[in-house]
Amino acid sequence: MLPDRLLTIGLRVAQALPVIFGVIVVSFILTRALPGDPAVYFAGAAADEASIAEVRSALGLDKSLPAQFWIYLTDLASGDLGQSISTGQSVASDLATRLPASLELTLISLVLSCSIAIPLGILAATRPGSAVDHLCRVLVTAGVSLPTFFTGVVLIYVFYYLLGIAPSPLGRLDFVYIEPDQVTGFYLIDAAIAGDWETWTGSLKQLVLPAITLALFTLAPLARMTRAAMLSALSSDYVRTARAAGLTEEKVLSTYAFRNALLPVVTTLGMVFSFTLGANVLVEKVFAWPGIGSYAVEALVVSDYAAVQGFVLAMALLFVALNLVIDLTYTMIDPRIGFQTK
Amino acid sequence: MTDSAQDLSPQTTTDGPLAHMVYVLRSNPVTLLAFAMFLVLIVAALFGPSLVAYDPLASNASRALQPPSWDHLFGTDNLGRDVFSRVIVATRLDLAISIAAVALSFVIGSVLGAIAGYWGGWLDAVLNRLFDTIMAFPLFVLAMGIVAALGNTVENIVYATAVINIPFYARLVRAEVNIRRDSGFALAAKLSGNSDLRVLALHIYPNALPPMMVQVSLNLGWAILNAAGLSFIGMGVRPPTAEWGIMVAEGANFIVSGEWWLAFFPGFALMFAVFTFNLLGDGLRDMVDPRQRT
Repeated sequence: MLPDRLLTIGLRVAQALPVIFGVIVVSFILTRALPGDPAVYFAGAAADEASIAEVRSALGLDKSLPAQFWIYLTDLASGDLGQSISTGQSVASDLATRLPASLELTLISLVLSCSIAIPLGILAATRPGSAVDHLCRVLVTAGVSLPTFFTGVVLIYVFYYLLGIAPSPLGRLDFVYIEPDQVTGFYLIDAAIAGDWETWTGSLKQLVLPAITLALFTLAPLARMTRAAMLSALSSDYVRTARAAGLTEEKVLSTYAFRNALLPVVTTLGMVFSFTLGANVLVEKVFAWPGIGSYAVEALVVSDYAAVQGFVLAMALLFVALNLVIDLTYTMIDPRIGFQTK
Repeated sequence: MTDSAQDLSPQTTTDGPLAHMVYVLRSNPVTLLAFAMFLVLIVAALFGPSLVAYDPLASNASRALQPPSWDHLFGTDNLGRDVFSRVIVATRLDLAISIAAVALSFVIGSVLGAIAGYWGGWLDAVLNRLFDTIMAFPLFVLAMGIVAALGNTVENIVYATAVINIPFYARLVRAEVNIRRDSGFALAAKLSGNSDLRVLALHIYPNALPPMMVQVSLNLGWAILNAAGLSFIGMGVRPPTAEWGIMVAEGANFIVSGEWWLAFFPGFALMFAVFTFNLLGDGLRDMVDPRQRT
């Protein structure tokens, strides 16, 4: 049993490899096509033809595309993503400092939207036609139509300008607080480790509005899928049998219906995560959040190709890894799946 | 809720797609509403520039940042331009971008999907890997990358939006073609002397059209959101062009000082458009495939 499962996992990881290679190729091609000559940037403003040519050969930009790709691959293998023009740091360290900000926001918003969408979907499915069901339907249709950047702006207007409860939408922490020592890069965790609860509440306050903005965006597909999956599970034979056998409603719902409904919900969660990574860019711009999304936008403006490449690659790899985790979660939720794969 | 709609004069029932459509529309006032909203969008897109009272680009410093009034229904922006005129005029550009992008991905996706589904083999395998790779990117991020690489123009927004949507169409067509490749009617058509291409294009492919229509409608909403999102972060459409995403971006700077109308109305127009296409997509799905109703 165990070797079987390990084999399944191994096969699934192997399947991800060509996709990862494709992702690397696409991000390489995309950034080589960026307008602007990086050699000119690196050589500086006072450079003449000769020094530009020197920088160009130092960067390997005078070689053929396949040769450049090979250099890129070997650099990548040693964890070198190149040098950012705008920040002057290595892209890897830039991403490492900014990624936690984005992840903290994304994860909190996903937890928030799951904790609302899944119970809502279940309630709507168990009471079709009730007020909860209608609420669910309205939320679902309205939710998918919301442009995240617009929701963010509206929330800022209502909660910052009109009501004055939210802090100013400028980054992760108001300037009156001191940044917690970097351990994980997640301010909430770092502040808790340092025992600095003032900073903790401060960063939580900054998080609330952007997290709600993202959560509103992800709520709709999750609630919709939960409702649909629960409806089909509840109308199935095994649920009827379980009810006929006299199991409690709670047991039928949680063990029989919900566990089976979980698979499509987890699939949707993966899709939603992809949307969220994209939407992050917009939300980070609205709230001046110093994550990798705003990093990429700044990099795009100045054609900072190494930074853009690093960002696109990091996002895609994150997403591939997530899909891998989701597929592996399937085998945990539903053991039958593991043996179907060839 | 549906009673009044059903009391309308009983028509002679004719079996046909039109009669079915009328039947579905009658029992589903929401879809009817969606069609009405769609009509509003179309009118604004076609006749927008001649409907509005002000030039969307004309600035007037003496009337800057005025709240909504009878003169300026949606107020004026920081340069004194009339927000209402700009929102209405922008409809054409936003719709044009999304329709062009969806049409492109519809055509390219259909061709690639039909090839992959009909002939299979290595072509199918290669195309599938390609689509996997595209889908491995968070789509908005890929669109950002493409626009950045190709250059900051409206056409490139269209291409980027088309590329990220191609896999959805191609996969759909591939599945629909694949299951009918060896079906009786396809084999019969081939036996009677039709070429592969003819069988594929005229006999098999049309079967994929109904689900494609649903996809198109839902996709139009995404495409608008995508294009507006790109403009919002400063890619593609450039100021002073009137476009909803840019207008929200410009208005966002004034939100913290309370001038809400700059960002609110273009954002609302954007929402209205996306909402319309989503409702329309759901309605079309009910007509095309009643089993998928949720």
